[in-house]
Amino acid sequence: MDNKAFFTLLLVMGVTTYLVRMIPFVLFRKKIENKKVKAFFDYIPYTVLSAMTFPEILYSTDSIISAAAGAVTAIILSYKGKNLLVVAIGTCLAAFLVSLAEMWLKF
Amino acid sequence: MSFKQGFNYGLAIGLGYLSVSFSFGIMAVNSGLTWWQTVLISIANLTSAGQVAGVGIMAASGGLVEMAVAQLIINLRYSLMAISLSQKTDSSMTLPARLVDSFFITDEIFGVASAQKSVGFKCMTGLAVLPVAGWTLGTLLGALLGNVLPSIVTSSLSIGIYGMFVAIVLPVCKKSKVITIISVLSVMMSVVFRYVPLLHEKVASGFAIIICAVISALIGVFITSDEEGEKEAVNG
Repeated sequence: MDNKAFFTLLLVMGVTTYLVRMIPFVLFRKKIENKKVKAFFDYIPYTVLSAMTFPEILYSTDSIISAAAGAVTAIILSYKGKNLLVVAIGTCLAAFLVSLAEMWLKF
Repeated sequence: MSFKQGFNYGLAIGLGYLSVSFSFGIMAVNSGLTWWQTVLISIANLTSAGQVAGVGIMAASGGLVEMAVAQLIINLRYSLMAISLSQKTDSSMTLPARLVDSFFITDEIFGVASAQKSVGFKCMTGLAVLPVAGWTLGTLLGALLGNVLPSIVTSSLSIGIYGMFVAIVLPVCKKSKVITIISVLSVMMSVVFRYVPLLHEKVASGFAIIICAVISALIGVFITSDEEGEKEAVNG
């Protein structure tokens, strides 16, 4: 990607992200009363993260097998209620160990 | 809360951001961006999910509309946090102060700030210092070391940010049936977009995420009764 295309996309990205935070912070001072609108806002973060994570997580490392090991570890650790940092590190570690095992098997 | 108090509260967030953005830095460089482009993205946005989607759009040489709509939908939650936080602000939160501090509204900074009785300009700005520093530094380190570390290490580290996403969603699913249902729905739709050849070729990944997320959130609104909605709101 050339620099011009990058900076144009970066500008659109940064400005949109800023406006999404700034406009309501400046304009709205009242609570949202409409339950359905509020529920929609409550749900959006989780549906976004879910769609972003699966199945993309399976293609985030060198092999699907190591990525799947990472994904399963992430699910188990999260289910056990470990904090974000522990889950992130555990996920990386599981993917790394399985990648090592794969490399070793190939030799 | 003073600037110094806010600054101290920011330490834990900053340390967390350091490691998450390290993973983001590696991921972005692996997608074909340079180290300085990656750092600029972090400085200009200060958000994890939006940046991951943004890098995906950049890597695919996506369109400007796709980028704007993707950031709008993915970061829509910040609007709600901004509205909520806005009700706790004191008189020091003037218009210029709001223009500055709104930039720092992230899930974690909002979480700490909204737990205070009232939020002033000094406290909110102090709270943001270390998270911004951690986010930028972590991205820089990840982007630079991404080129130095062997591929087995960087490829293993770039899965970390997805692990964090799982860790955000799953604990909430344990508490809320509706969120479990719509998260599974969202994943199922995302799988369809990924593996049905025609959809995978024709629909850009940024748009696919938006479509999956909005439809499943709307289904969530549709299946939520009023009392449940209140309960969800308290939990969420």
